[in-house]
Amino acid sequence: MSSYPGTWRRPPQIVSDKRVRLALQLGVLLYLVLALGSVEVNWQRVSEGLERGQRFVMGFLQPDFSSRWKDISQGLIESLTMTLTSTVVGVLVSIPFGIGASRNIVPRQVYVFCRAVIAISRSLQELIVAIFLVAMFGFGPFAGFLTLSFATIGFIGKLLADEIEEIDEAQVEAIRSTGASWLQMLNYAIQPQIMPRLIGLSLYRLDINFRESAVIGIVGAGGIGATLNTAIDRYEYDSAGAILLIIIAIVMVAEYSSSYLRKFLQ
Amino acid sequence: MLKIKNLSKTYKTGDTALSDVTLEINKGQLVGLIGPSGAGKSTLIRCINRLVEPTSGEVWLGDVDLAQLGRSELRHQRRRIGMIFQEYALVERLTVMENVLSGRLGYVPFWRSWLRRFEAEDIRRAYELLDRVGLLQHADKRADALSGGQRQRVGIARALMQTPDLLLVDEPTASLDPKTSRQIMRLLTEICAERGLPAIVNIHDVPLAQSFMERLVGLRAGTVVFDGPPTDLSEDALTEIYGAEDWNTMRPGDDDESEGPLDVERAAEVMA
Amino acid sequence: MTQTLPREWAHRAPAQRAILWLGWFALVALFVWCWQIMSQDTIWAFVWDAPDQALDIGGRMMPPKWGYLPQLMKPLWDTLNIATLGTIGGVIIAIPVAFLAARNTTPSTTFLRPIALFIIVTSRSINSLIWALLLVAIIGPGLLAGILAIALRSIGFVGKLLYEAIEETDARQIEAITATGAGPAQVLTYGIVPQILPAFWSISVFRWDINIRESAILGLVGAGGLGLKMNASLAILAWDQVVVILLLILATVVLSEWVSAQVRKAII
Repeated sequence: MSSYPGTWRRPPQIVSDKRVRLALQLGVLLYLVLALGSVEVNWQRVSEGLERGQRFVMGFLQPDFSSRWKDISQGLIESLTMTLTSTVVGVLVSIPFGIGASRNIVPRQVYVFCRAVIAISRSLQELIVAIFLVAMFGFGPFAGFLTLSFATIGFIGKLLADEIEEIDEAQVEAIRSTGASWLQMLNYAIQPQIMPRLIGLSLYRLDINFRESAVIGIVGAGGIGATLNTAIDRYEYDSAGAILLIIIAIVMVAEYSSSYLRKFLQ
Repeated sequence: MLKIKNLSKTYKTGDTALSDVTLEINKGQLVGLIGPSGAGKSTLIRCINRLVEPTSGEVWLGDVDLAQLGRSELRHQRRRIGMIFQEYALVERLTVMENVLSGRLGYVPFWRSWLRRFEAEDIRRAYELLDRVGLLQHADKRADALSGGQRQRVGIARALMQTPDLLLVDEPTASLDPKTSRQIMRLLTEICAERGLPAIVNIHDVPLAQSFMERLVGLRAGTVVFDGPPTDLSEDALTEIYGAEDWNTMRPGDDDESEGPLDVERAAEVMA
Repeated sequence: MTQTLPREWAHRAPAQRAILWLGWFALVALFVWCWQIMSQDTIWAFVWDAPDQALDIGGRMMPPKWGYLPQLMKPLWDTLNIATLGTIGGVIIAIPVAFLAARNTTPSTTFLRPIALFIIVTSRSINSLIWALLLVAIIGPGLLAGILAIALRSIGFVGKLLYEAIEETDARQIEAITATGAGPAQVLTYGIVPQILPAFWSISVFRWDINIRESAILGLVGAGGLGLKMNASLAILAWDQVVVILLLILATVVLSEWVSAQVRKAII
């Protein structure tokens, strides 16, 4: 009657070879041991730091907006203006690059060139770009503006090009068959299809640029990051807490309003 | 066996799904629940195992009033009630065997289920049930690799794995083709007959219900308007259940309600 | 049906067009205003001087000092460890946070869910470099600060994507497991976990890929890895070493992107 087996093992889902699986597990284990072993921790320094950490948490809970308000507001204004100008310029420049990087509407040489520019912009960290631009243009928000504009080109350019490559070919053909020129084709067949996406991406990038503007100040490219860096250097954790809270608040507001705006525009 | 007394359900949105339903189902009896979309069929069977909390009324399974139970007692009693779902509701990414074994979850401690270390007796029964529904060689496949009819068989095996005293069946054939539908219904009736298992089957396909059920209950706007053998289901009775205007056209909005309580509640949360 | 046709065809209704123009005008005005505020302190002499500076730096980068490469192997290993261990740490914390933040699994929508969401937002709005800056000040420079910084930043990213995945699970599968009389922990492991597992792995690997990029520069603020070497080289204006470091970072990033793409392909 009960001739059915009384045991059952779940069959392996990804790696079916037992030996390969064992080797993988051992490899991961070995790596973890080596990696954890290479982390040298000065526990004395850490325990000293705990007291400072406590002060930081207190500073975060009881932020001090007033005593450094001049520096903070200056940094904020720099960050915000930098964010807006770099997003506008970055988006404007990225439109031709995005179009140029779409395989379906441009000649091959243009495509390769534009894709290369986008790839360079995407693979270079904002901070590294900022280091170079600060070295070239001097300290201050102008270098930050250029950094963020450059980073925007890679971001918007790539996503825009991907969008254009996925558009409905039938509409392009229909407009082309009317005898329209290349520019007319862009205006009538492509622009309507990608415009909502472009606006959405720009708003999203505005949000990212603000976050990044808080970072590049660390290497001298202006903005709230520089103020934050100074506050931490001086161990003024209550001011640092205030700055972080302001950043969080602005990011939250930007995120909610941009998602609202995107819904509204579509 | 199962006695439902004065059962009512009103959703938070103010929609009354059931009002004052009283039903009695005997051991081994197959009851088909028919009625238009939004009549409360799905709510009724979910009030029995309290996937939906009834607003008022009693649900007696044997000598336990399910409507009065606390959390852990309810879980205990749910093991006695097997449920089979519309669109199968298998855990798609688990294997067929795990899906069948999940019918034992109420019986085994957490660590056993977590490590997939079910007792030998359970595993033997799972194989036996898979054999009974004709899927023995598919035990190690993932549920999403099966066809619709096969998945519903796994759903049946999972429900039987609970060694239930009652089966609740919610639109078992809604997403199956006519031939597979009949096969599934035949399997279901055979299994109930073998085990003397009573079952409540929600079904919108009236001819299918008439040919497989021994008793039909017609629900309209949350109240019972027909109760009798299929042979008594006349044109007039159908009109009583479905309403004259509903024969050809569906009222807009009815579809939303038939989606079930989970979505209603979720919608309420989104709007809040 | 006989309608008088409008004399002129216009793309949009006049009011709509006016709003649109007003919007664009406001944007341009805002841009000009921001531009003026931003650039008022700019020393334009430096800006005009920039091409010369660029040429100068470019000249000093050539030829790259390839002999520096062997010295970079230990920092590279550190960078990989910061990214990997930081990702693991972040993911481990992100899992409970995600379950607390998801509407369908949180034990309390009024108390715990807002806290979980706040943790996610905080972690997301603060760049890992800022976390590193803080941690270096608090627990001192070194790998640990880097690992913690990466972990703290990853919580928000993984937490957000994971809780969205949890909210998108199929409610019917969960209902079916509940109906068998399973306890809450069993509903979680049988009904929800199998559904979100692929998303979980792909999110984690994706974040690991991002973390490789980020950990490469954390050293600039003292948190270990390649960035430390970069900082040291920048301090002595050794541009020929900087370019070697940059190329190494670039190679690592490309490799990690490839690995992450392969792994994600294997999962899905």
